[in-house]
Amino acid sequence: MYLYDEIDQAIVDARVDEFRDQVARRLSGELDEDHFKPLRLKNGLYLQLHAYMLRVAIPYGTLNSRKMRKLADIARRYDRGYAHFTTRQNVQYNWIRLEEAPDLLAELATVEMHAIQTSGNCIRNISSDQYAGAAADEVDDPRPWAELLRQWSSFHPEFSYLPRKFKIAVVASEADRAAVQLHDIGLQMVRNDAGELGFRVFVGGGMGRTPMIAPVIREFVAAEEYLSYCEAVLRVYNRYGRRDNIYKARIKILVSELGAAEFARQAEAEFAHVKTLGIDAPTAEVERIRSFFEPPPFEAGLSDEVELLDAAFARWVARQTFAHKAPGYRIVNISLKAVGEIPGDASAEQMELVASLAERLSFDEIRVTHAQNLVLPHVRAQDLREVWEALKGAGLASANLDLASDVIACPGLDYCTLANARSIPVAQRISELLAPREADLGELKIKISGCINGCGHHHAGHIGVLGVDRKGVENYQLLLGGSGAEDASLAQILGPGFDEDGIVAAVGKVTDAYVARRQGGERFLDTYRRVGAQPFKDAVYG
Amino acid sequence: MVELFAIDARADLSAEPDLVLGPDEDVRGHAGLGNHRVIALAFPKWRDGRAYSSARILREQGFEGDIRAVGDLTVDQLVFLKRSGFCSVAPERAIDRDVAMRALARYEFVYQKAADGRQPVWALRHGRSAA
Repeated sequence: MYLYDEIDQAIVDARVDEFRDQVARRLSGELDEDHFKPLRLKNGLYLQLHAYMLRVAIPYGTLNSRKMRKLADIARRYDRGYAHFTTRQNVQYNWIRLEEAPDLLAELATVEMHAIQTSGNCIRNISSDQYAGAAADEVDDPRPWAELLRQWSSFHPEFSYLPRKFKIAVVASEADRAAVQLHDIGLQMVRNDAGELGFRVFVGGGMGRTPMIAPVIREFVAAEEYLSYCEAVLRVYNRYGRRDNIYKARIKILVSELGAAEFARQAEAEFAHVKTLGIDAPTAEVERIRSFFEPPPFEAGLSDEVELLDAAFARWVARQTFAHKAPGYRIVNISLKAVGEIPGDASAEQMELVASLAERLSFDEIRVTHAQNLVLPHVRAQDLREVWEALKGAGLASANLDLASDVIACPGLDYCTLANARSIPVAQRISELLAPREADLGELKIKISGCINGCGHHHAGHIGVLGVDRKGVENYQLLLGGSGAEDASLAQILGPGFDEDGIVAAVGKVTDAYVARRQGGERFLDTYRRVGAQPFKDAVYG
Repeated sequence: MVELFAIDARADLSAEPDLVLGPDEDVRGHAGLGNHRVIALAFPKWRDGRAYSSARILREQGFEGDIRAVGDLTVDQLVFLKRSGFCSVAPERAIDRDVAMRALARYEFVYQKAADGRQPVWALRHGRSAA
């Protein structure tokens, strides 16, 4: 876990002071809402349907017990006892009072956390692989590089008024657990033929109204120059991204209008200039940051054996744990998707339990995933039983990772002013419908957004649901065939939309059609790709 | 009456700009910019951030004069303007001078190298000048 030095702390403290000043000017009437809005948004404070919502950054999804306990404390004292983990590895609080927001930020600063650039047309929280530092398949730990990006992008003077928001994700393995191809910049760590470390750079992916999979803009940029390359990409975007139409302002539109080759040429020309400016941090700084991410002192000689005493525990171990690079250890996924609950929500008590488990049994590390779950990255195989028992007692032991009830959903019309339709009840009903059969259905990623902005990643769902407003009535479109993983694809609309009962039934029929047609060990997505949309259309609309 | 004030020591408040460039004009496409004492970059709307790039590019090209921000500007842009190479500001709506000076002094440290000559945090941490 990266720890602030006095410089990082001074910067975050200054931000709290600045925001306190801005809120005071707003409360005194000196600032009107029009001028205050962009300021509060730069600090993640949204005005929602019922109250303010605060989005807190969890840089590259990493937490420790101290931070998690503070997040729980804030949930209890400023929200109504809950926190909501989001698809961008952030955490959101509802029911925030404006006059209390500066105090809340000051409390976050005491545990080296902030809400800087969690909204607004700037570089947002850097996201990464939740298994970083634990997975066997990574070429390097992506977290030091993500942290350096966090620092470089914080209050970047040239890129604080971009045409639109800008999201960067970093992974370091061929398996893509952070949906890099659906980001404005996706960075994938690779080694070149000479064995040197660098990044494959994807630019211009995204979801929302015009979903696009990012093309590779550069096959390899040396790690020592990746900040310069990002700076060059951002500069081309800042200068030439569209500002005439908010719906065409993301970098994906610029890249697609210019064509990937022409965009790459412009980025390359800017890069040739920018890399002479001395923007890249020196090796000593990379090494300083890297020193915070040294592997914890794993015990040698541990057994991978887990005594699977009963079926429920065995199911949980098989579904929720993942291979660790150190012998005798497992990566543990904690589901925030208990059937019938709100996807991504955790109570203060649950968060405190996870904090204490991390502290005792996972070298004090916790991760947040873009699928709205939590991870204990370093658990000894021999401790799995204890972890499971504790989670079970807190309603956190669902064994449903990547199964039908592991639904991603945005807050939707229950909270969000942008939403056209409710997401949460649809997620709850679909998970209730499919949970009894989910083991048989296998990997099935269902993703639900309550509006076209796509915070619920519906375009990346094996099954996607998009809520729209149809003449004042909530209507749900059904999309099939998306993926946010290394085999990225965009889900396509199957046909006319449904009301709430209709969409739940339609998702059920889609799964029936899959079961009837699957071959061998095919996942839903594989079957869909093999047989195409027609059999599913017939099943749903026939 | 538009009020003009300095945000950087390089400001040249006695000079009037004889050139005002809009955000869509490419500062790389203009010849002879080095002959001007002041180059004004327009902000028709505060949201439009293209002029931050223009100012930095001017500095990267070696322009030593006053780069002036004119138009729809608020106090909360001042730090970004200064760091991008602007040194004077002519806002359409008056900006309270005390609030402005407080804003400019607020951040003792900066994370990245820009066009204001400030040392980024990594230079301070490792005692190395980012020349």
